[in-house]
This record gives sequence, C-alpha cells and structure tokens, in this order.
Amino acid sequence: MYVAVKGGERAIENAHRLLAHERRGDREVPEVSLDQISGQLGLAVDRVMTEGSLYDRELAALAIKQARGDMIEAIFLLRAFRATLPRFGTTEPVDTGRMQVRRRISSTFKDIPGGQILGPTFDYTHRLLDPQLAEASIPEMPATGEVSPAAMPRVTDILGRDGLIEPSPHGDANTPVGDLTREPLGFPAGRDLRLQNLARADEGFLLALGYSSQRGYGRNHPFAGEIRLGEVEVEFLAEDVGFAVPLGSITLTECQMVNQFKGSATEAPCFTRGYGLAFGQSERKAMSMALVDRTLRARELGEEVLAPAQDEEFVMSHSDNVQATGFVEHLKLPHYVDFQSELGLLRKLRKEFAEDDALPDMQAAAE
Amino acid sequence: MNAPAYNFAYLDEQTKRMIRRAILKAIAIPGYQVPFASREMPMPYGWGTGGVQVTAAILGPADVLKVIDQGSDDTTNAISIRKFFAKTAGVATTTSTADATVIQTRHRIPEAPLHSGQVLVYQVPIPEPLRFLEPRETETRRMHALGEYGLMHVKLYEDIARFGHIATSYAYPVKVNARYVMDPSPTPKFDNPKMDHCPALQLFGAGREKRIYAIPPHTSVVSLDFEDHPFTRYRFDAPCALCGAGDSYLDEIVTDDKGSRMFVCSDTDYCETRQKRGHLGSESAAPHKEKLHG
Repeated sequence: MYVAVKGGERAIENAHRLLAHERRGDREVPEVSLDQISGQLGLAVDRVMTEGSLYDRELAALAIKQARGDMIEAIFLLRAFRATLPRFGTTEPVDTGRMQVRRRISSTFKDIPGGQILGPTFDYTHRLLDPQLAEASIPEMPATGEVSPAAMPRVTDILGRDGLIEPSPHGDANTPVGDLTREPLGFPAGRDLRLQNLARADEGFLLALGYSSQRGYGRNHPFAGEIRLGEVEVEFLAEDVGFAVPLGSITLTECQMVNQFKGSATEAPCFTRGYGLAFGQSERKAMSMALVDRTLRARELGEEVLAPAQDEEFVMSHSDNVQATGFVEHLKLPHYVDFQSELGLLRKLRKEFAEDDALPDMQAAAE
Repeated sequence: MNAPAYNFAYLDEQTKRMIRRAILKAIAIPGYQVPFASREMPMPYGWGTGGVQVTAAILGPADVLKVIDQGSDDTTNAISIRKFFAKTAGVATTTSTADATVIQTRHRIPEAPLHSGQVLVYQVPIPEPLRFLEPRETETRRMHALGEYGLMHVKLYEDIARFGHIATSYAYPVKVNARYVMDPSPTPKFDNPKMDHCPALQLFGAGREKRIYAIPPHTSVVSLDFEDHPFTRYRFDAPCALCGAGDSYLDEIVTDDKGSRMFVCSDTDYCETRQKRGHLGSESAAPHKEKLHG
C-alpha cells in the first residue's frame, strides 16, 4: 500500500534543531560573542548594515552569528526585522563635509587641503598570510598625532568652485526623498531612488557592473576624486521643538567619482559626478556604487544606453541580493504539479513525433 | 537590544492598510497588476512572500486558514506558512477546503468547488504574462494599457506551427473580464477553468515583483486559444490509485527504479475526503498487493 509522504512538520523541526547544533560548532570551543563579531569582524558587520539598510552594529552582529557567517542570509535577517519597524520620519541630510575624518584619499591631486590620510586600510599591505594571527596576538598601539585644525573640504567642492565639475543638484527641502521600501518602484526612476537601490544593492553585483563599465561596457572614464571614511552627526528635525536634534553619530564611507566631461553648444564642458555612500568602512561598495551611479545617469546626460550597467531597469531589478537569492533558491521548493504537466505535454509530443516518423517508413515498405 | 514585538498576523497596521488599498484597486480592475510596496518578510522571496502579505492583510481573528503547496497541506513550505500564521495571528487552521475561509495556495486550485465568502490567495513568482516575450516592465505596462496582446497570440501560434499544440502546460495565460491578459501563477492548465465565474474571491500576490492582482467573484476568465485549436485540459488518463477519482489532477509517484509508477491525487484533502467516504483505488487498503510486487 502506498501512503502519501507525510511528516513534513517533524522533518522541519528536526532540521532546525540540527541547524542550531551545526551553528554552535564544537561545543568544547568557546562560543563567539556579539562583541567579538562586531569588534573583530567589523567589515562584515558594516556590509550587513549597509545592504540590510539598518544601522545597528549589535543586531548586525547577531544576524551574522545566526546566519553562521552567510552574509546574504544575515542581510536578509536584518531586512526582515527592519521591515517591521515604525517610521518616524527622515533625518536631515548628513553633511559629509563636516565628517570627523579617519581616512581620506584623493587620486586626482597629490596634495589637498587637509592632506591625504591613509587610515586603517588593506591598501599597500602585502597579502601574505600572517601566522602570528593564528595565535592570540597583541598588536602595537596605533601611532597618534595632533588633531589638525584644518578644514577638510571635499575635493569635488574644490573642483566645483571653479565650475570644473557639474554642480551637485540641490535637494528641495519640501520634496520628500523617495523610499523604495515604502513605495513600489516605477521606471524611469529618479536619482534618489536609484541611489537608494544602489546603497542596498549586492556588493558583488555592483562590483561586477562597475568593473564592466571600466572595461568598456558603458564606457566611463572615472577618477576617484575622493574617498573618505569617518563619523558624521545625524540630526532629526523634531516638529515639537522646532529645531534639529542630534541623534548620534554614524560611520560612513563616501566616494565621489569624477568622470569624463561633457559639453554642448550652450554649456561649457565640465566633469560629471558619480556618487557612492555606505555605512561603516565599505570602500569597495562605495566605489562600485559611484561607478554605477554614473553609468545609470546615461539617459539624463544624453548618452546612448548600450551596456547593462547603463540600463536602470536591468540594474535596479537585479541588484537586490535578498530578492535574487530568494528567487534562485526557490527552485528547491517542490514543483511536482507543473513538472507533471510538462511531462504530459512532452510525452504527447514524443508520441506524435514517433508516429510521424513511423509513417514514411511504412509508406516506403508498402511501395 | 531592540526586542522584536510583532503585530497580529505579523505586519504592522500601516503596511496592512497599504496592501488592502492595493487589493481593493486590484478587485476594481480585474486582472490588472497593481504595484504595491512589498515588504521583506521573514521568509525568502520566491517562497510565497506575496501570498503571505496578502493573507496577512486580509486575515481576521475569526478566519480559518488553509495553506497548500502542490495541492497538498503536508508539503514543507505549506506547513511552514501555516505555522507562521498560527503563531503570529493565532487563527484556526484547517486542511479542509470546505471549512477554510482563506486558502493560500502555491501551484494548485483545490478540486472541491469553492464557495462564496471564501478567498483563494495565490503565491505568484512572475506576475507578468508577457515577461518572457518582453523583459521590460516599461514595455509590458504599455502593452497592457493598449490591450496590445498580439505578441502573445503570435507565441501561441508559433507553438502550434512548431509542435502542433500550444506548448504551455502551466501558467497558461487567461483573459480576465474580457480586458486584461493575466498570468494565473504556475498552476497546471488543468486548473484554469476553475477560475472562470468562481464564486470565491481570488487574490494574487507577487512579493519580489511587488504586484497584486485579483479576480472578483463571478468574473469571466477565458484561457487564450484559437477557434481551430481550442484550449484543452491535461490530466494523466488514470483514476487515482488511492481514492479512484477520475476527475482530479494527479501526481506521478515513481515507485521503484524499474519504471513503475502510480498516480495519486495532488489535492490531498480531496483524496482523503473521498477515501473517508469509502471510495477506493487500486492501491488503497490492499496490503496483499505487496505480494504481487514481492
């Protein structure tokens, strides 16, 4: 006697129990703490906060722990939590010009007001595995110096003063910025929504798209005008008190790309902008984002849209790794009934094919 | 740490209101895909987030919920979604099609006829019936607006020219209320006629693609076809091996590695109800059969 497959409920419970066991790993080894993840795997936390669209180191660390280090799974956990949070309003735009800078480099000028500051970076390290790190190690304390009183204007502002780069569009305080997590996305999309989409986008996807544009698919000749990392104040305009109240400070990485110039019969040529911004220290993400922001401005700047990186519908529809992974992995779900339907059709077509094939032979035999 | 506290049926009331508005618009324009601000749900995109959001938005404390996947209440994803609502909304759940007020489904329409007052919520992966003919949303929206469905008919015609048949066996396109061409979600085309003039409300939710559409009760739903190639249903020509039903859609079960197969109802509730009423199939309650195979 055949009994239809049952017991899915118990199977799920057991699978989750096994998952929790695997997550814990060897029980003889001390459990990893959220402080350890947040402090020692800080760049992973930064990425999860950026693509999870939620600035909370502790929750991001929890998500990474719960996801066993699977970054997209961790981003997904954070997003699902974020979706349930009430929305009180939007903050005032952050002023990255007033950032407390920890790292700041420009590839366009040898020296800039405020100087080049390398900060904590993998750049110029030799990628040799360090056996000392395999054991507990105490690194040297960092070198310190006097805080420079000099202002650190953004490089694009310096270029902008001479009109060499297109002005950054001024936001209208009375027009609320779009939010694709609250309103369905339509095309063509404004730059606010494009930037939001890119900020949440998968780092690997943007990296590949940015790279493709450098290699000629939607050619884009960029200079890293400036990359800066540091802390900025976040302020919220409280209607009740009538002025902006500081909420705290967050760490941001900002990248401003300076791109090929354009000009027309009526406008003098000037450089164009590509912009990237990410939570924490997320340089690869911010740079890729700035490249793709620029390629997606093709329509606005009157360039021909030829390459994937210039196609906003293509980019924005496929950049979200939580969406992408869900749909790719849903192929694991049962598809019995559709497959049965396809089997039926295929069998019918094959039967007809065999019959058609047999026909000429029979005719030949008859002759 | 911010300890999560969730509302009835998980979603907050603001979100539910937004989804209900989209549902109302969808009902007002049968077959039209209404964009909505789909949320990240605690299950992955592609696993029923659209259906889950629609269900969460319409569920009330007195509702009785049934969840099926591939026609069955026992598939893992159906269990997972049913447990989600049992936990977050505390509503009663059932496997009985007749007793349910809300039925969330993936890939099937129940065999037992639905009645007035019921809501069937479909999980939809790709809501756009024209998507595989035209990848751009801007284009397909324009085509719907103009009722420009020639491309779809050309596709169906090309199938006939190439295979002798319309080679679409599931997600078979329909025209709703003589206006919009609609994707019925990947249900086998066997189920298409059940949508036509159905007394229950049919709601379709696509979470990843952020679309909701609807077929109000008693609305005409016509499967696209040609006069000389009329729409036909496909069903494997055998009675169910467990309940003997000759009118239900069947799952093919491979029983060994020598090519043996059996066919049983994909709708488990339908099959079990029939068995309880004494209907038998060739493989049911017949332990002596093992000897034959032995």
